Amino acid sequence: MKKKIGVYICHCGGNISDYVDVEKVREAVKNEEGVFLAKTTMFACADSNQKEMVEDIRKEALDGVVVASCSPKLHLLTFRGVVERAGMNKYNYVHANIREQVSWAHSDNKPGATEKAIQVVKAAIAKVRHAEALEPIKVKSTKAVAVIGAGVAGMRAAIELAEAGAEVYLIEREYFVGGRTAQWDDLCITEETGKELVTRLYDEVMKHKHVTLFTGAELVDYSGSVGNFNLKVKVTPRYFKLQCSSDELQKAIEVCPVEVPDEFNFNITTRKAIYHNYPSEYPQLPAIDMKNCTRCGECEKVCSSVDFSQKTEMLNLKVGSILLATGFDPYEPKKGEFGYGEIDNVVTFPQFKRIVHYCDDKLMYKGKEIKHIAYIYCVGSRQVDGENKYCSRYCCTANIHTAITVKKKYKNIYNYHFNRGIRTYGKAEVWYDESSRLGDIYLQSFEDHPPVVEKRGDQTFVKIRDILTTDKELEVAADLVVLVTGMVPRADNSIGNLLKVPKGRDKFFNEIHMKLRPVETVIDGVTIAGASQGPKNIMESMNSALAAATKSFSLVDSGELALEPTVARVNEEACEWCGKCEEACPYSAFEKVEKNGKTIAKVNAAVCKGCGMCLPVCPENALDLIGLSDEDVESMIDALIPNA
Amino acid sequence: MAGGKVNDGPRILVFSTDKISDPAIDMAGLLKLHYPPTVYTISIPCSSAVKPRWILHALEQGFDGVFIAADGTDCPYGESCTEKTGQVVSTTMQMMKDKGMDPARLKMAAICSVCSEPFVNHVKSFSEYLRKSSNS
Ligand SMILES: Cc1cc2nc3c(=O)[nH]c(=O)nc-3n(C[C@H](O)[C@H](O)[C@H](O)COP(=O)(O)OP(=O)(O)OC[C@H]3O[C@@H](n4cnc5c(N)ncnc54)[C@H](O)[C@@H]3O)c2cc1C
Ligand code: SF4
Ligand code: SF4
Repeated sequence: MKKKIGVYICHCGGNISDYVDVEKVREAVKNEEGVFLAKTTMFACADSNQKEMVEDIRKEALDGVVVASCSPKLHLLTFRGVVERAGMNKYNYVHANIREQVSWAHSDNKPGATEKAIQVVKAAIAKVRHAEALEPIKVKSTKAVAVIGAGVAGMRAAIELAEAGAEVYLIEREYFVGGRTAQWDDLCITEETGKELVTRLYDEVMKHKHVTLFTGAELVDYSGSVGNFNLKVKVTPRYFKLQCSSDELQKAIEVCPVEVPDEFNFNITTRKAIYHNYPSEYPQLPAIDMKNCTRCGECEKVCSSVDFSQKTEMLNLKVGSILLATGFDPYEPKKGEFGYGEIDNVVTFPQFKRIVHYCDDKLMYKGKEIKHIAYIYCVGSRQVDGENKYCSRYCCTANIHTAITVKKKYKNIYNYHFNRGIRTYGKAEVWYDESSRLGDIYLQSFEDHPPVVEKRGDQTFVKIRDILTTDKELEVAADLVVLVTGMVPRADNSIGNLLKVPKGRDKFFNEIHMKLRPVETVIDGVTIAGASQGPKNIMESMNSALAAATKSFSLVDSGELALEPTVARVNEEACEWCGKCEEACPYSAFEKVEKNGKTIAKVNAAVCKGCGMCLPVCPENALDLIGLSDEDVESMIDALIPNA
Repeated sequence: MAGGKVNDGPRILVFSTDKISDPAIDMAGLLKLHYPPTVYTISIPCSSAVKPRWILHALEQGFDGVFIAADGTDCPYGESCTEKTGQVVSTTMQMMKDKGMDPARLKMAAICSVCSEPFVNHVKSFSEYLRKSSNS
C-alpha cells in the first residue's frame, strides 16, 4: 500500500477549470488515504510543471503519482516519462481523465462536473494505492516495415525507411506506381510534372536494395501485433515476361478486341484489356487486366512476352510495423448534381486535367472547341446536406493553377470561377493573384445559394446570385463546366477494416491526436500517411509520410520492443486445471504444466496480449490481469461512489 | 452549493475499452455531447474481460446500472469478443436474477471508436430507464 502519493490536478488553461472547480477537487482528495501532497497546476504537461513533479518525487520520496488532466491517449506516456525521470517505476503512475470525460462532457453542469471529477480522481488514487512496480515485457521485433500504397506518400516513406536501415516491403494494389499524382501533368507548388515527380521517386525506390516493390499486390490477411506482424499478401501477375519489345506490345494492344473505359483517364477514353497507362509508366511493363480479358489469345499470337502461365502468388511477410498510405478517391458527383451525367459538357476537375493533357494547341471536348470555362468549386466538399462537411484543401489551389495553365496554353480562354470563398492558403495566394491579373472572373455565393447549371437550346448556362456584386443574378454561357470535386476516402478501403484502423467523422483513417500523435492509430504499430488520412496536397502528403516513416522506424529500430506487462496471471493455488482459459484465449497463451505435483495453467507472457478474455471464464477465479486485479477494479468502483 | 449530493441521478458504471470505446467517449466530450455526470467509466482492454463479480460489486455497492460498451466486431483481439462479451452478460444477468435484482440494470451495446453519439444516446436512455424503474 502506498503512503506517499502525489496528486496533480490540471487547469488545462481553462479547458478543465472553466467547468470543474479544481481547487475544490484538490480539497476533496488531499486527505484521501495515502495522499501526501495534492496540487493544482495551470498546465500539467508544461516543462515547468514536469520539472516540479520530478523535484517533488525526489525530494519527498513519493511512491505513487496521479495526474488528473486530459485523456490518457494524449499524455499517459508523457507523465510516465516524468516519473521515470525521477527514478520511479512508471507503473506507479495512474492517469485520471477529467477533461474529455468530465469538464467537456459536462460543461453544461459545473457542480455536476466538479463532483464527478472528485470521484474520478479518488478512483485513480485507489488504483495507484496498490499499483505494483512492473518491468515491461521485452519481445524481439522485426526490423522491417510494410508500406501499403505506392503513391507519392508511400514511396517517400519507403525511401526514408530504407535509408534509415529498415527492410521495406512496398505493396501496391495497381500494376503501376505513383497513385493519383501520376494522373496530373502540371502541378502546383512544384515545377515538376506529376510524371516527373513519380519517376524521380520510383528511381530512388528502386535504387535501394532494402526496398522490395510488389505491384498488383494486396494485403489479404494478417496476424500478430506490433513488432511482429505476419502478413499474407496476394500478388496477381501481370501475365507478362520481364522483357518486352515495344513494337510487339504495340501490336498486341492493337489486336486486343476488348475495350473498356479507362479509369486512368476517368473514363473519358477507353483502353484495351492489355494496357499500360502511358508509355513511360513505372514499372515499364504492361499488364493484362484479367477482370476483362476474355483469354481469346490474340495478343499472345503477336507478342512473345505475353505469358498466361503466370500464377497468383501468396506471400508471407514478417514486419514490425505497417504504414498505410492508400490515398483517396476524387468525389464522384451524383447524376444531375450541377448537371453532371445529364448535360454533356459538364465534367469533373480530374477529367478536365486529362482533357488538357490530351489537347495540344486547341482545347477540344466532344468535337467542340472550348473557350468559355465555368468552374464550380467545393463540389462534394463543405456540403450542407451531404456528409462531407470538410474542405478538401487541394482543390482551390490546384484548380486555379490549372486555369492559369489553360489560359497560357490555348488562345482566347475565358475563365469564370464560381466559388464559395477561395482558400488558396499559404504561398498559393500568388496564383489567385496571377489568375485575377490575367482577367479571370470570380463569382461567389453562400452555401445556401449554390450556382445553377442549365441547358437552354444547345447552350449551357451557369447562373449565380453573386455576393461580390451585391447579390446580382449573373449568368455565364459556358462551353465547358468543370466541377471542382473534392477528395473522399477510397471506395475500397477494406484494408482499414482488416487492420481495424478507426475512421474519423470524415471517414478517412483517424490519427490518435491531430497535434500530439498525428500519424499513429490506436492500433499499435499501424501508422498512416498521405491522403488516406484526410485531404492533403502533395507536399502535405510527403510531410506526413516522413513523420509516419519515422514513427514506424522507431518501433522496429532496436530489434526489441517493450510491451505493456499487463498480462494475465494465474493464481497457482486456486487453479484446478480445467482448460477453460486455454479454450478462451485467442492467442494460445496458456500451457498446461505440472508444478509441485499439481496440474495448473501457465501464461506465456510474451504471447499474452493482455486482452483479458480468459478472466471471466475461470470457474475458480484464478485469473487476473496485472494492473487490473479484482482489488484494483473493486477499489475503483468503491471510490467512484460518493461518500463511500 | 447546498449540502448533499449534487449529482442525484441514477449512477451508471461504464466498462469501456482502451482502444475502441474510450476514443468514442473521449470524442463525445470533445464534441460537447452532454450526458449525465453520474456516468463513470472504468477502462479495460476488452469488453470480454469484465468479470461478473465486478458488475455485481458495482450494483451492490450503490451503482444503479452497469453499461458494457462492447467492442463488437471492431475488437482488435478478435472475432470471438462479441460472443464472449455476450456470455459475460447472460451469466451475470442470471446471477442478478438469482439475487432478485432487475437484470435490465445491466446493459450492453457495441460502441465503435467513433460511436460518440450512439454512446450518449445509450447512456441517456439507460439513465432514463433506471430513473423510472427506481421511482416505480
Ligand atoms: C484533380 C486533382 C489535381 C491535383 N493537383 C495537385 C497539385 O497540383 N498539387 C498538389 O500538391 N496536389 C494535387 N492534388 C492532390 C494529390 O493528388 C494528392 O495530394 C496525392 O495524390 C496524395 O498522395 P497519396 O500517396 O497520399 O495518395 P494516392 O495518390 O491516392 O496514392 C495511393 C496509392 O495507394 C494505392 N492503394 C490504395 N489502396 C491500396 C491497398 N489496399 N493496397 C495497396 N495499395 C493500395 C493506390 O493504388 C495508390 O497507388 C490533386 C488532386 C486532384 C484530385
Ligand atoms: S479547397 Fe476550395 S474548392 Fe476545395 S473544398 Fe476547400 S474551399 Fe472548396
Ligand atoms: S480457467 Fe482457471 S482453473 Fe481453469 S485452468 Fe485456467 S486458470 Fe486454471
